[in-house]
Amino acid sequence: MSALSLRNIEKSFGGNPILKGVTLDAAPGEFIALVGPSGCGKSTLLRILAGLETADSGEIVIAGRDMTAAHAADRNIAMVFQSYALYPHLTAAQNIAVPLVMRRLTRARRLPVLGRMIPGQRKTVAGIHRDVREMAASLKIDHLLDRKPGQMSGGQRQRVALARAMVRRPAVFLMDEPLSNLDANLRVHARGEIVDLHRRAGVPTLYVTHDQAEALSMADRVAVMIGGSLLQLASPQVIYEDPQHVEVAKFIGQPRINLIASKVEDGATVALGGTRCRLADRTVAAGSAVTLGVRPEFVTVSRQGNEGLPARVERLEFLGSEIIVTCRLDAIGETMVAKVTPADGAGLSAGAPVRLEADPRHIFVFSKDGGRLAAAPVSDAVVREALHG
Amino acid sequence: MTSLSLTPGRLIRLSILGFGALVFLAPYIFMVSTAGKAQSDIFTSSLSLVPQQWFYVQNFAKALSRVSMGTLLMNGVIVCALILVIQVVIAIPCAYAMAKLKFRAARAMMVLVMLGLLVPIHATALPLYVAFDRVGALNSYVALVAPFTISVFGIFLFLQFFRAMPDDLIHAARLDGMSEPGIIARVIVPNAWPAITAFSIFSVVAHWNDLYWPLIVVANQAYATPPLGLLYFRAAEAGDDYGALMAATLIITFPLVAAFLFAQKRFVEGITMTGLKG
Repeated sequence: MSALSLRNIEKSFGGNPILKGVTLDAAPGEFIALVGPSGCGKSTLLRILAGLETADSGEIVIAGRDMTAAHAADRNIAMVFQSYALYPHLTAAQNIAVPLVMRRLTRARRLPVLGRMIPGQRKTVAGIHRDVREMAASLKIDHLLDRKPGQMSGGQRQRVALARAMVRRPAVFLMDEPLSNLDANLRVHARGEIVDLHRRAGVPTLYVTHDQAEALSMADRVAVMIGGSLLQLASPQVIYEDPQHVEVAKFIGQPRINLIASKVEDGATVALGGTRCRLADRTVAAGSAVTLGVRPEFVTVSRQGNEGLPARVERLEFLGSEIIVTCRLDAIGETMVAKVTPADGAGLSAGAPVRLEADPRHIFVFSKDGGRLAAAPVSDAVVREALHG
Repeated sequence: MTSLSLTPGRLIRLSILGFGALVFLAPYIFMVSTAGKAQSDIFTSSLSLVPQQWFYVQNFAKALSRVSMGTLLMNGVIVCALILVIQVVIAIPCAYAMAKLKFRAARAMMVLVMLGLLVPIHATALPLYVAFDRVGALNSYVALVAPFTISVFGIFLFLQFFRAMPDDLIHAARLDGMSEPGIIARVIVPNAWPAITAFSIFSVVAHWNDLYWPLIVVANQAYATPPLGLLYFRAAEAGDDYGALMAATLIITFPLVAAFLFAQKRFVEGITMTGLKG
C-alpha cells in the first residue's frame, strides 16, 4: 500500500490549466523530490495535497484513507514553507508547541484560565513541553527556544520550522523550497541534515524545489514536472541517464544537455556527425523531425583528425576538476557544450578549430512532441548494408 | 539636540514648524486662557492671554456643578468603548474573510464596503432616526452605539493590513490544526496590534468628539455625551458664561489630550502604518 497517492489531479486558474492530470504514488518512508522550473505547478500540487487549495478533479489518498475533501487540519500533514511561516508573536518553543497544543488539548482546555482547572491538564502540558524540548535537542536549537523569530537568523528559523513540522509525527511531510532562503554554504549543509532527519523519522516526504542539485542529491525518487504535467518519476540516476522526455533531459543536468534538431534518414537512422543511431521503431518515416540530445560529458573534443563535427571553440570555463568547452558548430551555427577533463582540455583555446564527437551509446533521440524514441548505435558498415541491401 | 546642530537651514525649518504649531495650538491656548478669566475680563476690549484675576477655581467649580460632568464623561467612555469593541469584533473577522478567504460574494462585499465608505452618516441619519423612533430606542445607549457598530472604515483599514500578512502564515496555522476563528484569535489578532491601535485612535477620537448624531437621538441629559453636554451647558447659562464654558471644554478634551500625549509614539506609528491622515 502506498503511503500517499495522488490520482489524476487537475487544477486551473481562470481557465488557465496549471495541473493537467498529475498522478503520483509515494511508498512508506520514501523521499520524493518534485522538481521543475518556476510556474510548473509544483507548489500548487503541494498545496492541493496539503488541503490549502482544492483540485478541480482527482483524488487524494493518504495512508489508505480518501482525503480528497478533508480539511487541511484533518489530513495530518506537516509542511515547511519557503518563508518558514513561523508565528512572529510566539517564541521558538511556543511555535514548535502549536501543533501539539492544537491536537492534544481540547477546545475547552485551550481556554486561557479555565483550561488550567481541568484535571489532567498539567500532565498533558508537561508532555508537550517534553516533546518540544526533545525535538529542539535533536535539531540543536535548544538555546533558541526563548527567542522570537525576529531575533533569529535564516538558518535558525529554518530549523524551528522543521521542528514545528516534525514534532507531531505527521502522516506526510511536505517541504516547499525550504532551503531557497539560505546562503549557499548553509544550503549544502542543511540538505544533508534534512536527509538524515527524514531517515530517522521515516515519514514519507514530498520535497518541492527548482534546484535540480537538491532534487538529485536528496531524493529516493525525482518527479520532474513541467508545464503542469508530471513528465517522469524515477530514481535520480534514471532521470539523468534515461530521460523519457526532451524537457526532462533539458531541465536536469548541469551544464545543460546539447540538443540538435535533425531529421530521420532512410532506414530509420539518425546521424550526428559521423555517429549514427537506428531507431527501434523502424516504421518512423524518413524526413520526420527529431531532436538529438547528448550530455556534455559524452562529447569528446579533439584538435586533430577528420572525424566528428567541425567546430570552433567559443569559451572555456575552468572548474578545477573539469573544463566546460563551449563550441560553435561550423555547419549549422549551433553551440555544443563539452565537459572534458583538464588533461583532455589542455592546449585548447578560444577560437581554435576542433572536431566534436558524440558517444553513440549516449545519444538520446526525441520525437517532435518531445517523447523519447528508443535508439541504438550502429556502425557505418551496418548502415551502408541497410541502405544498399 | 545641542546648539551646535543649529545651522541656519535648521533654524528656518524649526521656526516655520514652530509657527505652524502655534497657529494650530492658538484656539487651545485661547481656551486655556479664557477658562481662567472672569466674565468682565473676557469682555474687555484689550486682548490679553494672561487673566487679570485668576478665575480658574470659580470657573471649574461652575463647570462641574452646573451640569453633571461625571455623567457626561462616563457616557462618553461607555459609548466610545462599546462602539470600539463591537467595531473591532465585527471588522476583524470580516476583513480577514475578505483578505484571505475565497468565497463567491467576496467581490460583491468589496463593492458594498466601498459604497459604505462613500455614504456619509448625514445621508442615513433621517431613516435611522425614524427607525429608532419606531422601536422606541431613542434616548438610549443603543441609539448612540448601534449605527456605528459596523465600521466600513475599520473593515477597509484591517483589510489593507491583513492583505500584507503572508498567506503562508495562515496556511501553516491551518495545517497546525486551527479552525478559522482559531486563526483569527491566535494568529491574526496578536499580529494586528498596530492596526488595532491605529483604528482605536481614529474611532475613539471620532466618536468622543461627535456632536451630530447624539444631538439627533438624545434629548435627555442622562445619555448625553460630552460634546452634547457642552451644548446643554451653553443653553443652561443664559448669559453665555464663556469662562465656565471653556473650563468645561477643557475637562472634556482633557482625556483625549492625555491619551494622545501618553500614546504619542504609537499614534504616529499607527498613522504612518496605515498611510492615512486623520
